[in-house]
Amino acid sequence: MEETIKFVQGNEACVEGALYAGLTFFAGYPITPSTEIAEHLSQRLPAIGGKFLQMEDEIASMCAIIGASLTGKKVMTTTSGPGFSLMQEALGYAIMAEIPCVVVNVQRGGPSTGNPTAVSQGDVGQALYGTHGDHAIIALTASTTQDAFDMTIEAFNLAETYRTPVILMFDEVLGHTREKITIPKKGAVPLVDRFRTSVKQGVDYRPYLPREDGRLPMSDFGGVHRYNVTGLVHDMWGFPSNNPKVVASLLRHLMDKINNNVYKIARYKEYYLEDARTILISYGSSARSALHVVENRRRRGERLGLLELQTLWPFPFGLIRDKCANARYVAVVELNMGQIVQAVKMVLPSEKVFLINRYDGIFISPTDIKNHLRLIHGRGV
Amino acid sequence: MAVKDYIRDRFFPHIWCPGCGHGIVMNGMLRAIDKLGLSKNEIVMVSGIGCSARITGYLDFHTMHTLHGRALAFATGVKMSRPELTLIAPMGDGDALAIGGNHFIHAARRNIDMTAIIMNNRTYGMTGGQFSPLSGYGIYASTAPYMNIDHDFDVAQLALAAGATFVARTTTYHVKQITDFIKKAILHEGFSVVEILSQCPTYFGRKNKMGDAVDLMEFYKNNTTPIGSDAKKENPDLVERGIFVEKELPEYCNEYDKIIDRAKKG
Repeated sequence: MEETIKFVQGNEACVEGALYAGLTFFAGYPITPSTEIAEHLSQRLPAIGGKFLQMEDEIASMCAIIGASLTGKKVMTTTSGPGFSLMQEALGYAIMAEIPCVVVNVQRGGPSTGNPTAVSQGDVGQALYGTHGDHAIIALTASTTQDAFDMTIEAFNLAETYRTPVILMFDEVLGHTREKITIPKKGAVPLVDRFRTSVKQGVDYRPYLPREDGRLPMSDFGGVHRYNVTGLVHDMWGFPSNNPKVVASLLRHLMDKINNNVYKIARYKEYYLEDARTILISYGSSARSALHVVENRRRRGERLGLLELQTLWPFPFGLIRDKCANARYVAVVELNMGQIVQAVKMVLPSEKVFLINRYDGIFISPTDIKNHLRLIHGRGV
Repeated sequence: MAVKDYIRDRFFPHIWCPGCGHGIVMNGMLRAIDKLGLSKNEIVMVSGIGCSARITGYLDFHTMHTLHGRALAFATGVKMSRPELTLIAPMGDGDALAIGGNHFIHAARRNIDMTAIIMNNRTYGMTGGQFSPLSGYGIYASTAPYMNIDHDFDVAQLALAAGATFVARTTTYHVKQITDFIKKAILHEGFSVVEILSQCPTYFGRKNKMGDAVDLMEFYKNNTTPIGSDAKKENPDLVERGIFVEKELPEYCNEYDKIIDRAKKG
């Protein structure tokens, strides 16, 4: 396949990225503002011999993709706030049983049914803390339609690399913004395929015995090796155990395999950071308004920079510390009441960290950001 | 093969109480699988949470112990990916029909080829004997100390109405019927349901002063009757045993293959 150029919504770019990455199984439930992803996949997947399932709810959708992933498929589901809440229990199962999958949350206003057709980034905290118990998670985001395509591929690659669910935290503005995307020709973007065991049939395969590098080779469920999968704490054969040593080492493993690779997982973009006196930190669609302000002010000679986070979790604390060390002011631009700013305050002196936000369902404009900056810089309202 | 050849003996002893009916169900199921001559590699067993759900860990198939009530949703993902595999979902009554009720009716509606085995002991055994949706009015349970006022429903009729194409019921007393019905259910192409009344002497029997395991099995003998029997006409309170329906309708995975053909033709 040659390189192609399309003019599509962010949601369609996600579909293109998923198919490029090798998606063959999708299960979902309709919910605004994510539904276009399901609609497009219902057309595209069967055409390549893949499977599209519309399930009875988001719980079943999440469970079905986990079952399909175990058999060796690349899988995805999409949802928004309320559906994301329903998926949390099964998300924990995928974390515990170490089953790769991609969950797309095109965020809308919450809590509850909230503000369904309006933009929000209010689920960022839920992506990390939504399911119960100690665990680590990978959550990515994107600000442009092209990035939605790229980060979707990235999500599949990270899910396979770390044998874990990866969450794509998109938002309504990104999902519904139409822009040009370039789909590279096949093979131009490296893809990570399922890491399968070399253990032969008849040899004792241990599905939960990590190698030295922490990776666990998989065996397609229903194939040559018979093993047990459970959401209970389990030993290397996947059999339930409450032996304190087994419990501690499993939880440690689930946490370390992701958090110890925070530098490898961190994706970000930076603009004019070298000499920036004021740094904006943003992500998702709000980073577009932040970039507009930065470029505008740079033309007037003001030392403003932007750090756009594309990986939200595991949070790149070290990156924030390094990039913002010389800044006088750091302002986090986000569409919620301050979810990422809390993480930033954990590594920077809180007196230099500010929040620039909107949470009324209206997209944050460059003017909104400029008005906040006047206050932060002590220039009045 | 002998029944023991299907068992992961290193995972024994099992967690079931003395007198529990679930071991009888497991035995009957393994005999059915043996009679069908299925290889261990052809079978995927998916369970939820509860006493019944632990059956998967003990058996040497591809086994998945999942979330409370969600066995059929996980199984749907496996079956749609690998339609050639034989899917069996052993579930408890609370597991399948309270928390998992939605998945149950929708799996039946799709007529996806898998076998749901409902081990109905009319209680939540693992958590200590609370009433389930199948306990029924007038029953005592650890959360119904004054009496249960929730009405139960008929699993077989629910499955029929939801679209299951094979529905049968028996009890742990009628042990040969367990093997016979499960065998037929596995062979059936479509969503098959086998409800097996399975005694819980530890909680249901004790809370309701119905005696030990033997007494409960005698209760099954005396209070059930073949479908359409004269005894049922005389005493409508008897629970019917037998095959309620066995019909051929398009199966979901096969139907999806047609969708793929249509999509490929553009």
